[in-house]
Order: sequence, then structure tokens, then C-alpha cells
Amino acid sequence: MSLPARVRALAARTRWYWREATGEAAYDRYVAHARAHDPNAPVLSRRAFERRRTDAREADPREGFRCC
Amino acid sequence: MTEPAAPSDRGTVGRGSPSPAQIAIWTAVALAGAVGWAMLALSRGEEISAAWMVAAALGTYAIGYRFYSRFIAYRVLRVDKTRATPAERLDNGVDFHPTDRRVLFGHHFAAVAGAGPLVGPVLAAQMGYLPGTIWIVVGVILAGAVQDMVTLFFSTRRDGRSLGQMARDEIGPFGGAAALVAVFAIMIILLAVLALVIVNALAESPWGVFSIAMTIPIALFMGFYLRVLRPGRVTEVSVVGVALLLLAIVAGGWVAESSLAETFTLSKGTLVLWMIAYGFLASVLPVWMLLAPRDYLSTFMKVGTIALLALGVFIALPTLKMPAVTDFASRGDGPIFAGSMFPFVFITVACGALSGFHALVSSGTTPKMIQKETQVRMVGYGAMLTESFVAIMAMITACIIDPGLFFAVNAPVGAIGDSVQSASEAVAGFGFSISPEALTAAAESVEEESLLSRTGGAPTFALGMSEIFSAVIGGAAMKAFWYHFAIMFEALFILTTVDAGTRVGRFMLQDTLGNLYKPLRDVSWKPGVWLTSAIVVGGWGYFLWVGVHDPLGGINQLFPLFGIANQLLAAVALAVCTTLLVKSGRLKWAWVTGVPLAWDVAVTLTASWQKIFSGDPRVGFFTQRSIYQEGIDNGEVIAPAKDMDEMHTIVTNSTVDGVLCALFALLIIVVIVDAGRVCWKAVHAPETVKLHEAPYQRSTVVAPAGLFATKEEKAEMAAAAAGDGGGTGPERPVGTRS
Repeated sequence: MSLPARVRALAARTRWYWREATGEAAYDRYVAHARAHDPNAPVLSRRAFERRRTDAREADPREGFRCC
Repeated sequence: MTEPAAPSDRGTVGRGSPSPAQIAIWTAVALAGAVGWAMLALSRGEEISAAWMVAAALGTYAIGYRFYSRFIAYRVLRVDKTRATPAERLDNGVDFHPTDRRVLFGHHFAAVAGAGPLVGPVLAAQMGYLPGTIWIVVGVILAGAVQDMVTLFFSTRRDGRSLGQMARDEIGPFGGAAALVAVFAIMIILLAVLALVIVNALAESPWGVFSIAMTIPIALFMGFYLRVLRPGRVTEVSVVGVALLLLAIVAGGWVAESSLAETFTLSKGTLVLWMIAYGFLASVLPVWMLLAPRDYLSTFMKVGTIALLALGVFIALPTLKMPAVTDFASRGDGPIFAGSMFPFVFITVACGALSGFHALVSSGTTPKMIQKETQVRMVGYGAMLTESFVAIMAMITACIIDPGLFFAVNAPVGAIGDSVQSASEAVAGFGFSISPEALTAAAESVEEESLLSRTGGAPTFALGMSEIFSAVIGGAAMKAFWYHFAIMFEALFILTTVDAGTRVGRFMLQDTLGNLYKPLRDVSWKPGVWLTSAIVVGGWGYFLWVGVHDPLGGINQLFPLFGIANQLLAAVALAVCTTLLVKSGRLKWAWVTGVPLAWDVAVTLTASWQKIFSGDPRVGFFTQRSIYQEGIDNGEVIAPAKDMDEMHTIVTNSTVDGVLCALFALLIIVVIVDAGRVCWKAVHAPETVKLHEAPYQRSTVVAPAGLFATKEEKAEMAAAAAGDGGGTGPERPVGTRS
């Protein structure tokens, strides 16, 4: 692989890791999951999805708990 | 009804005799570790480089990970790469979803790493660097990381059931209930002690108070941004958030110099009230407003600072000034925590070597996301090794500062008085030396009014960290900034834990009280939420208040309780793991968790016993109580109490602490006895054993077990990708080759 291509590949992997680690990719994953079998399946808007995701922690705060 | 024996072809990753190159590499790693330990253990009276401590730790981790964790994964647990994990079977794209092992490692590490491993080792440094360091490294290899990995494995086999549920299912309702009470009581003490650490670090420090106060509007702004303006754009808002946070630290310095300084100079008592008010509000406000954005901020700060600190330690390679072993180790009369090396070093180090709380993360969130059973090794064991390394770095920060300063910062007011002169004399009495001028200069260098009796570990950690960072960037001029950076970083995620922990405590309380009065269980019924939140906040708030006003020193009195509580929870987790090993027909491997359990129980019960029955008033709560009660009866005031009110305070506190300690000991005994009964039954009547494991289902996911894919794994992945063109056929024979 040429050097620019390597740099691009590294940047793409870093970006992928960052989005996965921070949860930014959660919505894309949800849409991909919902549309895996039916490309026309109705999906929530990003706004509605993120709301639901945050509010789930309200219902059960044990999700995402941090240690001492 | 044992867990089904796995096909014989499984778990063959990289089997066969090792190549000469591999043998050479592992011999070199072992030698590096051994030389590190030799330097740490054998040097007497001379200062040695922290590099040796790093070498000893990393060398041992590498050996432990390569050999012991592998043995546990493939021989004891028999992880099965052909078996679908809950993430694969129940994939809903939200909480259950197969997550890349490297991402999950990051999530898991961020969830288990907290203030504990930064605080415990600093306090344990009272006995010198060696006892604490040995336990941090040996303990994690043989106990802490084992607990995390085994819990993660068993919870993965049970669709991500929580520790409490597993205790109830596999041990019984009695042991399960004891485990539940233990978790709740521990949560209260944990929150109180963490809050106490922060109050001690922020009291009389306008710089610190201002910076921390600013995190609230910053978090509110981020919350609003993520909720209303641009939902889900975590990166952009976090970049802004972190920039504002750094600005808040710098601005803290300006505020401390300005006329506003008065406003932000708060006493410990006032800070306690603020903490309690904050804790209550934060836990009843919607998650999106404060908790979620704070969580992002504190996670970035935490991971970033830990990475920076590791880098700083490697670049600066500071010298350890603390002796390897101090006289307090054998005499047991240390000013920071009383009691002899066994059991109190183990109780004090706590989270850095073995942390019961990790079992709550290892059962619950992480098992719902793990892609392959084989990855429990990298995620569970690996993340805990990393956490242990954080504890080693905390030990380094405590040991590179002048020992005289260390004791002046960490000993309670009752022991060193409140002037630099009295502190200097007291430190000389401990067998170290520091001049009053040096104490004043140390405080000035970080722009604090005073550093005396800044107990709790956070200020010591911050001093050490500012020492390391200023050696790398900025020199002495940046010391004050780095000190407050470190304080802010610890305070930030302790506050996040206080907020999240109060919510978890409330949730548990609602769940339990819901049995008596149904509506209480409804998490959206406001009066119920307020009431249960108030109870939880009242619980830790009480101990926080007590800790701040205790003439004997809050950390001195409460930290052992926190350690005992945490190690008790570890005992519950290890008991559940051992029971499961026995019940699944692996009696001959039960020692893997059984030996750490036995050790942990010995430590915890010895510590509880001494805290309850010791005749030494520095150690035994009830001896303390009777001495001060006698003083009251005779109308005399005994130092460090200054008046009758303080005498009464001591009597009340000692009684409460002693009773709590007895309660913890009782709970641990109940869980162990109940687990023993279940194991006995499983061995003598194997036909009665009932495991609550999810049935086997063949996995269609192909993924490497470790950080780097082996040659065989790469071939498997290539074959899988070529075989189905991206779809997931149910009958595809993956994981069966090699």
C-alpha cells in the first residue's frame, strides 16, 4: 500500500473506533439493524432514537454504571 | 445438567509447541519483570527509579495474561467460540449487540476504572511502596482479574444476568438477599467515602471549588446541545466541553487571585451541604440534563489523563523517595490508617488489586455486548490488568513526593496539629523530616493556602501528578495548573459516580420497597423517586457529615470500612463464581476462584474482627467507644477531642462504624455458608444440580479472541467472508476448523 493510502486507512480506522467508542455510531447501527431484513422498515429519527437511548438509563440506572 | 462439554476442536487458538522466537521473547519479558522486582525488593536506603516498578508490574502482567488467563479461559472455563453469545442471539441493535472486542475493551475499562485505584494505593503508601505494590500486582493476576473474567463469562452464559440475580438463581434466596443488602450498604459507604475525598480536596480551595462548580453549567450546556440542538453528536460537543473545562481550570487560578476568592472559599461543613444538595438534585433531574453529559466529560478526562500520566511516568521516570517498607507496616500505628500490614494493606489498596464493584459491570452491561466467549479474556482480564496499572501509577505519584510532605498531607489534624511548625514536629515523630518552610513552599508552589491534613489521597495524587507533568511540560510555572487539573479530574468523575451511584441505590431501594407498596417501584412516579433518592442521599450524606466532623479523622475511620465493604462484595462475586464452577462439574478447578475467595474472606474477616474486637483504640471501634465513653462519664476531655461535644461525636461515630462493620462481617458469613451448602449438595448429589444457563446455540460470527488476530483466525475470517458474501447463513460451519 502507498503511504497516502495507509494514512487514509489509519484515519478511517481511528474514526471508526472513535465513533464506536463514543456511541456516535449507535444510530447508524440501529438503522442498519432495523433495515437488515426489510430495506423499507420504518425507523425512528435520530432525535427520537437518541432520546429513547438516554431515557432508557432513566428507567434502569444500572445500565452504564461506573465503578468506584 | 453440567454445562455441555465443548467440541474437542475448540479452543485451539495457536496451540502447538512455541517457536524459538516466542520462547526468547517470553524469557526476556520474565527477566525484565524479575529484575524489576529484585530492584524494588533489594534496594535499601537508596532511592530507586520508578522505572523498576513499571518494569516489575508490566513484566508480571504480561506473564499473567499470556499464561494464567489463557489457562483459565481454555482449561477452566472452556470458552467456546462456536457458542453464540447473548449479543449475537438477542441482538436488538441497542443494548444487545455484538461489539468489536477493542471497542468493548474501551467501554469496559472506562466503566471499571474510577477513583478507587487512585486513592487506595496512595493511602497504602504509608507502609512503604513495596507491600502495596506487591499486592496490586499479585492480587490482580490471581484474584482481581480472575474475578472480573470469570464473572463476565458466567454472566455471558446467562444472558447478562446481574450478580444479584445470579446469586439468587444459583445459590438461593437467602444468599441472594444477603448479596443484595451487601450491595446496597456498600454503595452507601462507597459514595460517602468518595464524596469525603472530594470535600477534603476542595475545602478552603477557591481555585478547586470554582473549577468544579463550572462543570455543572458546562454539563448542562452539553446536555441541552445533545437533547435539543444536535442529538447524538457526542464528539463535537465533547470537544467544546473539554475546552471549556480546561478554561475553567485556568479561570480558577484567576478567581483565586481576585476579590471573588472569598465567595469560593468554602469550609468542609459548607461543602458537605452543597454535596448533599447536588447529589439529590442530580439524581432526580432527567438523565439527559446532567448525568449523561457529565459521563462523557468524565470518561474523556479519565481515559485522557490516565494515558497522559502513563506517558509522563515513562518520560520523566521519577525517583521513589518513600522507603520500600516503613516502620508503620510492622508497628501498625500509622497516622493515615491504623492496623498492621495484614490485613490492612489489602483492605486499603482494594480496587487496584481486587474490586467487588467490577463484578457489577462484568455482569450486566458488558456480557450483553460481547461478540465471542473467547473474548472474555481480553475484555475481563485485560481491562482489570489495565486498571491495576493505574493503581501502580497512583502508587508512584505518592512515592515520588517527599515522604515528610506525604505524611503532613495525609495525617489527620488530630495527629499533626494545624500549623506548619506542629506538623513538622509531628512528622519528625513519625521518623521523617520536613521543615516548616518546606511545607509552606510546597503549598505555595501549587497555589494553595495549606496542604496540611489534606487527607483522602486526591491531593497527594495531584501533587505527584503535577510533579511528573511539570517535569515534562511547563516546569515549575505549570505546577499549580497541573495540581488543579488533577484535582478537577478526580473530582469530576467522583461526582459522576456520586450521581450515578445514588440513582442505582435508589433503583434498588425502589425495587425492594416496591414489595411493600407497589407504586414505589414505578420509576416515573415522582414522589416515590424523591423519597427514595432522599433516603439514599441521606444515607451517604450522614456518613459524609460524620467523616468531616470526626475528631479522629474521617478517612482514618471510614476508609477501612469502605475497603472492607468493597472486598466483601468481591467475596460475594467470587463465591458465586466458585459455586458455579462446582455446580458445572468443575470441582477440580474450583481453586481458581476458591483460593482468592479464601484469601479475601481471611482478609475481610480478620479486618472486621480487629475493627470490632481489637483492644487498640486506634483500631477497634468498640474499644475507642468505651475509652471516650469513660472519659465522658468522668467528665474529662481526651485528645484529639477538644470539648465534650466532640467526645460525644466520637462515641456515636465509633458505635455506628462498629455496628456497620459487624453487619458486613455477618453478611459475608451468610453468603459463604449458603454458597458452601450449595457446593456441598452439588458434589454429593450431582443429579439435583440445576444450572440456569441459556441453551447452546451455534454461533455464526467469526472474530478473533485477542487484540491481534492469529494466522488461523485470519484464515477463518477470510473463509467466512468468502463463503457467504456478507450474509449470515445459519448452517455455516464456522469455528470448526483448525
